[in-house]
Amino acid sequence: MTDLPNSLRTGPDERGHFGQFGGRYVAETLMPLILDLERHYRAAQADPAFKAEFDYLLKHYVGRPSPLWFAERLTEHLGGAKIYLKREDLNHTGAHKINNCIGQILLAKRMGKTKIIAETGAGQHGVATATVAALFGLPCTIFMGAVDVARQQPNVFRMKLLGAEVVAVESGAKTLKDAMNEALRHWVANVHDTFYIIGTVAGPHPYPELVRDFQSVIGDEAREQILEAEGRLPDMLIAPVGGGSNAIGLFHPFLDDADVEIVGVEAAGEGLDGKHAASLAGGRPGILHGNKTYLLQDEDGQITEAHSISAGLDYPGIGPEHSWLHEIGRVRYEPVTDAEALASFQKLTKLEGIIPALESAHAIAAAERIAPTLGPDKIIIVNCSGRGDKDIFTVADALGVEL
Amino acid sequence: MTRFTAAFGKPRTALVAFITAGDGDTAANLDALVAGGADVIELGMPFTDPMADGPAIQAANLRSLAKGTTTADIFAIATLFRARHPDTPLVLMGYANPMTIRGDDWFAAECAKAGVDGVICVDIPAEEDPELGPALRAAGLDLIRLATPTTDTARLPAVLSGAGGFLYYVSVAGITGQQQAAQASIDEAVVRLKAATDLPVAVGFGVRTPEQAAQIARVADGVVVGSAFIDIIAEHGDAAAPYVETFTRSLVDAIHGAKEIAA
Repeated sequence: MTDLPNSLRTGPDERGHFGQFGGRYVAETLMPLILDLERHYRAAQADPAFKAEFDYLLKHYVGRPSPLWFAERLTEHLGGAKIYLKREDLNHTGAHKINNCIGQILLAKRMGKTKIIAETGAGQHGVATATVAALFGLPCTIFMGAVDVARQQPNVFRMKLLGAEVVAVESGAKTLKDAMNEALRHWVANVHDTFYIIGTVAGPHPYPELVRDFQSVIGDEAREQILEAEGRLPDMLIAPVGGGSNAIGLFHPFLDDADVEIVGVEAAGEGLDGKHAASLAGGRPGILHGNKTYLLQDEDGQITEAHSISAGLDYPGIGPEHSWLHEIGRVRYEPVTDAEALASFQKLTKLEGIIPALESAHAIAAAERIAPTLGPDKIIIVNCSGRGDKDIFTVADALGVEL
Repeated sequence: MTRFTAAFGKPRTALVAFITAGDGDTAANLDALVAGGADVIELGMPFTDPMADGPAIQAANLRSLAKGTTTADIFAIATLFRARHPDTPLVLMGYANPMTIRGDDWFAAECAKAGVDGVICVDIPAEEDPELGPALRAAGLDLIRLATPTTDTARLPAVLSGAGGFLYYVSVAGITGQQQAAQASIDEAVVRLKAATDLPVAVGFGVRTPEQAAQIARVADGVVVGSAFIDIIAEHGDAAAPYVETFTRSLVDAIHGAKEIAA
């Protein structure tokens, strides 16, 4: 690394902490494995062959680089800053999730693990994991809350077609956090041969770091592409944040560019005084799923249920590096409601011919709010983190349309 | 002499019994455990996301929380237990978030005030000791650490550093209340652990019957039983105490018999 001593890109520290956040809060059974994973990741980082295979798969299998699209009609409509979309929706499997899955399955192979597990909420990470498991010929089990299984049948079927076993998790509230609990329970009993592909920049160290590194291809490309298109860096980045892997992937390569303003968008659901999934705006620091971070919880530290129209943002926590970037003020986090995201979902579809994921629609909504307040000489890059085909049933339901 | 050294210093292996606070009539069940002969009590603090627990204890956590059990209720249960039973060691066992949410010093002070002797926190490994360990030790409490089949010899000193009370050997790489480990692997592990520490070694996870308890009692200083008590409470609800006492006595009798065989 050639980072300056005062860089914001050097974290986490050797104990896996970003300021007070992050860490390795896991049962003793998992601790030796987490340490082993870190050793293997360090070796992979130092191995040019690992990076070469990762780059090869991203180019020829995922279809990278993803385009940086100048959204001219959206820009004209809003009458302010120029808006570029980073088209992660055009990746194989339709979202940024695959970048991380490619990286982790290469690690699994390196470690000699022969079975893959993952948790999933809406099913996007489950589909991406089942995809790479198929590609590498490894048996794969996906843990998914029973409530999510019922409302995401197309993705459940996709995973099964790809050869994965889908376990409907009946514990707790039967959604994403319970799927993660169950994946951890399975892992702890099968540590000898099983690799857990975590889907976001959360979990125990080194997961937040390695997922971020695998996703940073988004920001590295965007940086190169905007320099080519505009001859300069953007004035602002905007990305949606659930766990926050697409966002950190876009943000991280720009953290030391002080003139680039960075905005993360949290799901405000029905509004911050109602049911929502905005851990930073409505939560406080606590410990869950292996890391210390902002969590939705009550005064006794019991975790409360999150809500968002976007199943991918429906999680009561956020990646620890985001909590740190929030506390030091480098990234500003803004809430966007279900209703705002739904409106932006339709607007982008009509103006640009791009159906965004409901997650990405949250970032579009924030751009709609901010762009008109900036001059036409300003440039914003919005992460279009996924495509919205998976969401058409949810959107139809919200609009009162029967399919 | 602490309550732990007294409990593990008896001329027989100790029974360490776990129940979840707020699940069923906790005060009555605690009294039943003591009456039945349990030597150490682990009182589980319910959590919404008990990641290391199997179905039985998960369900107990949710039953307790559904009844509205708060952290204040748990300390009230502990305080009253200590008033009724001055000699039985009491351990709070649970997850990091409910223990640390008001600050580690607050939690340690409340434990000390309530007469709690030690704390087991499932998801604070030795690497994250600063989160809770220093505060507990400063308040005179023992932080009880877990060792597992994956804890190798190189790692053991780190696990033992700052540990107190007893060492809890989790005999199965897995979650609570599931399969039992092969006795040979337990025997081997206990020998290895006892060579590394002067702390008493208690063995748990998947121990459900008097026969299993007796087997383990031949080598270990303590036998931990949890899910089997939880099952009794799940079946009998608020009227579980007599059944808890009977089962406790059957475990204790089996453990006593084991020591006689060993001798």
